[in-house]
Amino acid sequence: MLETVMLIVFAMVGVSLLLNVWRLLVGPSVPDRILALDTMYINSIALIILYGMSMGTTLYFEAALLIAMLGFVSTVAVCKYLLRGDIIE
Amino acid sequence: MTLLWIPLISLLGSIISSMTGKLTRNQSTGLTLLMPVIALLMTINLAPAVFAGDVIRETFTWIPLLGIDIAFRLDGLALLFVFMILVIGILVIFYARYYLSSNDSMPKLYAYLMLFMTAMLGIVISNNVIQLWFFWELTSISSFLLISYWWHKSEAREGAIMALTVTGAGGLALLAGLLLLGDIVGSYNLDVILASRDIIHAHAWYEVTLILILLGAFTKSAQFPFHFWLPHAMAAPTPVSAYLHSATMVKAGVFLLARFYPALAGTDIWFIIVSFTGLATLLFGAYVALFKHDLKGLLAYSTISHLGLITLLFGLDTKLAAVAAIFHIINHATFKASLFMATGIIDHETGTRDMRKLNGLWRFMPYTATLAMVAAASMAGVPLLNGFLSKEMFFAETLHQQLLGSMSWLIPILATIAGAFAVAYSARFIHDVFFNGDPIDLPKQPSEPPRYMRVPIEVLVALCLVVGVVPNFIVDDILTAASVAVLGGVVPEFKVALWHGFNLPLMMSAIAVSGGLLLYTQRRHLFKFHDSLPSLNAKKAFDKILFAVMKWSEGKINAIENGSLQRYITLMLLVVLLFASWPLFEMSHLGGEKQLTPIDVHNAMGAALLMIGAFSTVIWYHSRVISLLMLSVVGLMVSIAFTRFSAPDLALTQLTVEVVTVILLMLALFFLPQHSPRESSSMRVLRDIGISTGLGIVIASICYALVTRPLDSISEFFLANAKTGGGGTNVVNVILVDFRGFDTLGEICVLGIAALGIYKLLANLPLLIPDRDSEGRPWAKERYPMLLASISQSLLPLALLVSFYIFLRGHNLPGGGFIAGLVTAVAFILQYIAHGSNWIAERLTINYRKIIAAGIAIALFTGVGSWFFGRPFMTTWFEYFDIPLIGEIELASALIFDIGVYITVVGSTLMILASLGQLTADEPKGEVKI
Repeated sequence: MLETVMLIVFAMVGVSLLLNVWRLLVGPSVPDRILALDTMYINSIALIILYGMSMGTTLYFEAALLIAMLGFVSTVAVCKYLLRGDIIE
Repeated sequence: MTLLWIPLISLLGSIISSMTGKLTRNQSTGLTLLMPVIALLMTINLAPAVFAGDVIRETFTWIPLLGIDIAFRLDGLALLFVFMILVIGILVIFYARYYLSSNDSMPKLYAYLMLFMTAMLGIVISNNVIQLWFFWELTSISSFLLISYWWHKSEAREGAIMALTVTGAGGLALLAGLLLLGDIVGSYNLDVILASRDIIHAHAWYEVTLILILLGAFTKSAQFPFHFWLPHAMAAPTPVSAYLHSATMVKAGVFLLARFYPALAGTDIWFIIVSFTGLATLLFGAYVALFKHDLKGLLAYSTISHLGLITLLFGLDTKLAAVAAIFHIINHATFKASLFMATGIIDHETGTRDMRKLNGLWRFMPYTATLAMVAAASMAGVPLLNGFLSKEMFFAETLHQQLLGSMSWLIPILATIAGAFAVAYSARFIHDVFFNGDPIDLPKQPSEPPRYMRVPIEVLVALCLVVGVVPNFIVDDILTAASVAVLGGVVPEFKVALWHGFNLPLMMSAIAVSGGLLLYTQRRHLFKFHDSLPSLNAKKAFDKILFAVMKWSEGKINAIENGSLQRYITLMLLVVLLFASWPLFEMSHLGGEKQLTPIDVHNAMGAALLMIGAFSTVIWYHSRVISLLMLSVVGLMVSIAFTRFSAPDLALTQLTVEVVTVILLMLALFFLPQHSPRESSSMRVLRDIGISTGLGIVIASICYALVTRPLDSISEFFLANAKTGGGGTNVVNVILVDFRGFDTLGEICVLGIAALGIYKLLANLPLLIPDRDSEGRPWAKERYPMLLASISQSLLPLALLVSFYIFLRGHNLPGGGFIAGLVTAVAFILQYIAHGSNWIAERLTINYRKIIAAGIAIALFTGVGSWFFGRPFMTTWFEYFDIPLIGEIELASALIFDIGVYITVVGSTLMILASLGQLTADEPKGEVKI
């Protein structure tokens, strides 16, 4: 049962990642692309957790933790750049 | 340990004297004198053993794989030179105290002099020829510094460059010769080389080796035709000339002849090259010296001539000639040093060195004049003075050689002629300066110098007299010991004495003296003759050659290095392409014997995303922000790939590095154009696509070939030993902080240096700050969005906690100092973004440079700590402890090392990012603070 669920979720996360990349490529505006990248980061968290679960190990969860905690910092930096140009004022 | 200390003390003296700037002149001199005096006492202590026939050796291994040791050797010859270097050095330092005017920096001169002394001491007591060469080069460099001491004078700079070029080129030849010699003998150890005379002589490379080594010796000793640098080196302060051109620099060349005499001499080619070079230099120097109007110019050419005499003696095929050469080395050093010092006094007191102006000084400075006259008489070879003794020996030896076969009788005649010229220029030195009418237009009213300025000359002149009258009393021991070293144990019976009876050498001396005086009285005709000769200007020719060489190499450099970064990367990639593809063409088939794993959907999708990211980065590269976003996809996919293929440490590192990279690029991009212009021609685009495709193919093929073959790597060792040897189960971390801790230490140093470099480069950098974005819209009004400010502040403790956790578990599970450091740095940088530099400067005042220094110091001292337990550098220690309630924990010294890594990473990252951010901050300017 769990196996099947996992497979389905893997497929769903994979499709989301592909759609993120699609949005990243077509844009059209820069904020669209930033949003796409940020969502990609979030989907990667899911992917890593799923992978850990399927392998039965917690070894990879720190990677997910780091993405969750710090992944948005790059998004913030790019956004601030668009808004103010200078990110550290 | 004593031998090592002799150059070491001298080096210490150099450092000490460079720090005496705040002291008075007397204190500075006293402190500087202290070190050579200690070294002299140590040498005196060693002397009896050397006189008894011992050779004192000391060896410390340095690079055993290359046969290079730090080795010292004190035999008679070395002892003689050590004495000369130290004694004359001490006198020169004392003399310089009175010579230098108050405008000249005394610590600078003393520091250079002591450095030079170190180099000379190193040459003469080296027992390893590579080490000898190292000190040889050090003399070239320190003499450059000494000659250019008055750097504001163009002739000093030019003279220094000329001396460095000539002796430096000779040094390269010497290195080549010594390497060949080491190859022939199979060792760079001097003891071995000196004992391998037969092997060296029989070897096919003997001639080449000999010529290369002689080139080194002749350039240093200013032998014809390399003599021209020496007169130009006279632009140095007189104490420097007195030191360099009497006892040291130029004597290094003849020392080399003496040092390798047992191993290299004894063949026809040695005799021919050495004796003819010496003879030519002897005659040329003696002739030119007579016509120099500058006192130091006269002494310079006289020095060249005397060095020629010593070289000629080494080239004569009798054993006594070598003894005479060593004896003349001592005598020349004493009288020439005192003559230079006397010249310095005359220059100091009258303001000129021109002999056409200097006349009749006897009336103004009778005491100095007497001293100078005695020294000059010694230079001429007048009986009762030391110069006479060695000149007699020289004349006697010229009678015993068979160099020119049936025409060998020419050599004594030429020697006598050179002797006559020596008498003539010495007579000119005495008569023209101290008598011969009244002074003409002197810039100063001459008088006697300060009392103590004469002391060094008095000591040296006294030596000239004592050696001249009772030679056996002083020089017998040292001369015998040095001769034993040069001749390899068999010393012929010799007797240094004033009176040998009426014989041919005495006749030659008499002819030389009377002929010389005759030459001097008839000098008007000679000057007329000399002036009608076409003038040869060595400096002009030298400048021309140097200019041509510089022009040529500049052209070559500009042809390769034209400033275009695209061009550099193209060339580099082409080289990589060439070398990386070469082995591929030699392989029969690409795939190895390993089975390929089946492609599953996850991997295929990940690979597809990775490729899309990479391609998009290239496609959008004109629009830099979008290109950067695409690059982030690559980074993210690489991190996920690291997770997928069981490299969690790498994944964690990659993720944090990604964040830092984006911030860094955003900071930099603000000051850069937003769009890369399209300026490449189609052909060029085609070429670049070709190169990158080729590289991609080659790298992919290499990877494929590598992963399909069973790989036997060092990782098995680490896997097996991480727990037992390093005490941790996370092999990556144990490698970083333990097995390869030394590498990590180097890496964090590089990181710290890079951060400091960026800090320095950015300091006070004026940059144009754009007031609108690339599409012409004004910037948003809100500087610090409240949402961001509150979230970032609450995130800080969480991030610190996580980084602490990652740091602590690093030894056994994925994590460690490097990742933890990056996490902390990102958390702080977020505060900068959310609140601005000034807000943080008010709350935290920590200096990043000190943080970096502290980090490196902690890591270094953890490594050094193992010395205190008698272990090699960076040995780690770990132990398990059982603590109630908490359970078993492990303590390892590697953990402290990791703290150093952590601190350095935090400091460096923050320093780089904050320095960039600081560029736009209104205030406070200057130092970056948290």
